[in-house]
Amino acid sequence: MSTTTDLVDYDEAVSRFDPVIGIEVHVELGTRTKMFDGAPTEFGADPNTQVTPVSLGLPGALPVVNRTAVESAIKIGLALNCEIAELCRFARKNYFYPDIPKNFQTSQYDEPIAHDGWIDVELEDGTVVRVEIERAHMEEDAGKNTHVGGATGRIHGAEYSLVDYNRAGIPLVEIVTRPITGVGDRAPEVARAYVQTLRDIFRALAVSEARMERGNVRADVNVSLRASADAPLGTRTETKNVNRFRSVERAVRYEISRQAAVLAGGGSVVQETRHWHEDTGITTPGRVKSDAEDYRYFPEPDLVPVAPSREWVEQIRASLPEMPVARRRRLQGEWGYADAEMRDVVNAGALDLIEATVAAGASPAAARKWWMGQLARTANESGVALEELAITPGQVAELQGLVDSGRLNDKLARQVLAGVLAGEGSPGQVAHDRGLEVVSDDGALLAAVDEALAAQPDIADKIRGGNLGPVGAIIGAVMKATRGQADAARVRELVLERVTQG
Amino acid sequence: MAGTTGSDLTRRSAADLAQALRAGEVSSVEVTQAHLDRIAAVDGAVHAFLHVSAEDALATARDVDARRAAGEDLAPLAGVPVAVKDVVVTKGMPTTAGSRILSGWVPPYDATLVERLRAAGLPILGKTNMDEFAMGSSTEHSAYGNTHNPWDLDRIPGGSGGGSAAAVAAFEAPLAIGTDTGGSIRQPGAVTGTVGVKPTYGGVSRYGLIALASSLDQAGPVTRTVLDSALLHEVIGGHDPRDSTSLPDPLPDLVGAARQGLTGDLTGVRVGVVRELNGEGYQAGVRDRFEESLELLRAAGAEVVEVSCPHFEYALAAYYLILPSEASSNLAKFDGMRFGLRVEPTDGPATAERVMGATRGAGFGDEVKRRIILGTYALSAGYYDAYYGSAQKVRTLIQRDFAAAFAQADVLVSPTAPTTAFRLGEKLDDPLAMYLNDVATIPANLAGVPGLSVPNGLVDGLPVGFQVLAPARADDRLYRVGAALETLLEQRWGGPLLAQAPQLPTVTEGSTR
Repeated sequence: MSTTTDLVDYDEAVSRFDPVIGIEVHVELGTRTKMFDGAPTEFGADPNTQVTPVSLGLPGALPVVNRTAVESAIKIGLALNCEIAELCRFARKNYFYPDIPKNFQTSQYDEPIAHDGWIDVELEDGTVVRVEIERAHMEEDAGKNTHVGGATGRIHGAEYSLVDYNRAGIPLVEIVTRPITGVGDRAPEVARAYVQTLRDIFRALAVSEARMERGNVRADVNVSLRASADAPLGTRTETKNVNRFRSVERAVRYEISRQAAVLAGGGSVVQETRHWHEDTGITTPGRVKSDAEDYRYFPEPDLVPVAPSREWVEQIRASLPEMPVARRRRLQGEWGYADAEMRDVVNAGALDLIEATVAAGASPAAARKWWMGQLARTANESGVALEELAITPGQVAELQGLVDSGRLNDKLARQVLAGVLAGEGSPGQVAHDRGLEVVSDDGALLAAVDEALAAQPDIADKIRGGNLGPVGAIIGAVMKATRGQADAARVRELVLERVTQG
Repeated sequence: MAGTTGSDLTRRSAADLAQALRAGEVSSVEVTQAHLDRIAAVDGAVHAFLHVSAEDALATARDVDARRAAGEDLAPLAGVPVAVKDVVVTKGMPTTAGSRILSGWVPPYDATLVERLRAAGLPILGKTNMDEFAMGSSTEHSAYGNTHNPWDLDRIPGGSGGGSAAAVAAFEAPLAIGTDTGGSIRQPGAVTGTVGVKPTYGGVSRYGLIALASSLDQAGPVTRTVLDSALLHEVIGGHDPRDSTSLPDPLPDLVGAARQGLTGDLTGVRVGVVRELNGEGYQAGVRDRFEESLELLRAAGAEVVEVSCPHFEYALAAYYLILPSEASSNLAKFDGMRFGLRVEPTDGPATAERVMGATRGAGFGDEVKRRIILGTYALSAGYYDAYYGSAQKVRTLIQRDFAAAFAQADVLVSPTAPTTAFRLGEKLDDPLAMYLNDVATIPANLAGVPGLSVPNGLVDGLPVGFQVLAPARADDRLYRVGAALETLLEQRWGGPLLAQAPQLPTVTEGSTR
């Protein structure tokens, strides 16, 4: 780790070699209870409180398959155009590690619930890449180790370790692609778009909150290089636990440059797992795969096979929601957004919010203006996601309604929005409480106009003399006097009216 | 205690005790105390118990007595005490599975069958000795000392459930729970002159049984009469949603079948004698008693036919691949990290891996280590197909043998074990000879079918057993045929076989342990 790694410039690497990638994505299902156990799955609970004899692997405890988890796995399989197995089993993957309470992980092995599918992935410029899915299988998550003492927080050098079994037994679905070939220099981009597409699908299916920052979705990326597109596949590395979209792209890019340097130097790539370092953007060697452990897989004798009836599978298929890509195309058509606009909306995570805002009565253009404008800036400044802002799509639509009806102008609307975000209530409420409404009473306005004209008689004279240049100064004075709550156009009319009359 | 002494109470069957309790002739506290006194008197010599839960048992007994006095409708066996094999998890009561690695562990939950015993009001007298993790046929592999056969204290009580069988044979308990992975209920039953039943796989919940081999393990009753086994089986049996392999079907009428059998009439019942489970390797006296009982069955109206199960020859070999394979994985959890024994290495750093190694090295006995090594090897990449895979194919062939045999016969019969109880230590250094004890009982576990052992007389003063096997879910047939044979034999003997057992040396103590 201490020696610096040689890298070949990315463009050169992809001009000399043909990259092939493969991606394994783990998604934690959002079921109420665990994969084989009635223990609750609440995130962030005190350590070792979300456990039962089953999740602790106590002697005598037995697993029972969670039906909702199976249903979620089938949903994922169907959304990825997979075939759903008529009968499949769980197996035991045997290895000793303190974070797996039974010292084996219950996982599907050679009989996945879903297999042989595909998904179309859309890149930012609209290019569509079809990714083939080898399998999607069910398994259980491990507990979480915390290494205490030592400088790095890693096991090496730690004084002792603590294990939290709250996560042990949370249902996971692992989705494995076939090798993705023929994407050339766009491999990193494809990898990222694929993981993002899956995340969107998980959310659309409502099988997981799919929150990257909580580790709900984790990717292992396999990268290999070969001399040309018709050469046999090269030796691959597997970079584990890449948990951000951008990092997926960076990790693939890094591995391409690193492997190219190894190969260009006449060396050979070592088949191994590698660790991704978020801070430095590099990968380092983990364990070498060639002496990988023998997991002694065998069918889990404590469980009976899962045999989803064809009727059930068809019911699930019929109940699948619209998939994200199709939905995006439909909404873009309905809203009339340009490609670039639509892309920005999607990337900002504003699609659902805008859809709900439009449903609540705002125009698509206005909804986009608010969510991609002031709200996006606010979210960005406070480092939260758009949906975490203290405002609902309904409130945004209400705000726009106040503008459309002339009760607020843009400037006032922005102040009202700030009030809503500050928790002062609905837009109507804030406008009322803060006294932020357009003054539409001509009487009140006329009084302010007269006052302004009287205060600046020289300007009034110039206007009377036909010089309309300084009208702005009078309007400004009126706006100031009304604290911005006047309709500027109406003020202008009234000023001119007054001067001509005089 | 009008006219009933404590010693009388311990010699009565569970069915009799239940009747006396219902009639108000005795209280559960009296019955329970009588058994606790008997344990105090004879268990020093027998060592059937690893833990005696006197207070817990008496509390249950008092509760049952109070509920009965209040006119509550109680379960048939309410108030009749029971002993539980130490492989079954009991909340608040030590559970070791006969292993040092679980010394001091007190489970935080009850096995489903224990919940059912408690719900039915059976006081739990304590936990019985066994071969470590149920690996053995003599109870000599317990980390906590040998159990002695009440018929001859120098001999083994069978295994792995030697403690439960000896407790019942020594009148320390009228009822006990055993588990049977390859014969651990039936073989001890045979060599102690008691009744033992391995139900259909899935018939009794495995939730809370410390697993030996998940696909073979089954809990069942250990008693002195066939009717008592049926009564206990009905308490613990039936579907449990916490065990995925639990059968959804309701239990057949087991008690009714036993009562029908007690008439001694077997007219129209086809009894299949398994050719491969008799003959070579079976002690001559064992074969004699078996033939005599076949005559009795014929006389009772049964049609006795010979059937062949050609693949039973491979059962032992398949069993000793499947069992160690599953056991090697099931026993992985015993690592000193979460419960039970924890041993830190005496030299070098106490890393998790080294603590696991030191704990397992110190906590497991030789037989357990032997089977973990066998199983780990059998599941290894490159060997899986040849060993575990082939064994599973043999299993399928044995299931087909059973299916073919049950097309010709309603039940199958054989001697339960090939020999009488051997002397303590006699086969300890010869694992293969030890494994051969289960040659007649293992096929039922491999196929998931139910089996019963009923006392079949004595050979040189030692008991032997008669095994009855039935198709899966037809446990009722075991009880009908078993009870009929029991009745006919007891007529011949002039009473229960155990009446001929020698007196045990007793210590007189003022109080129980």
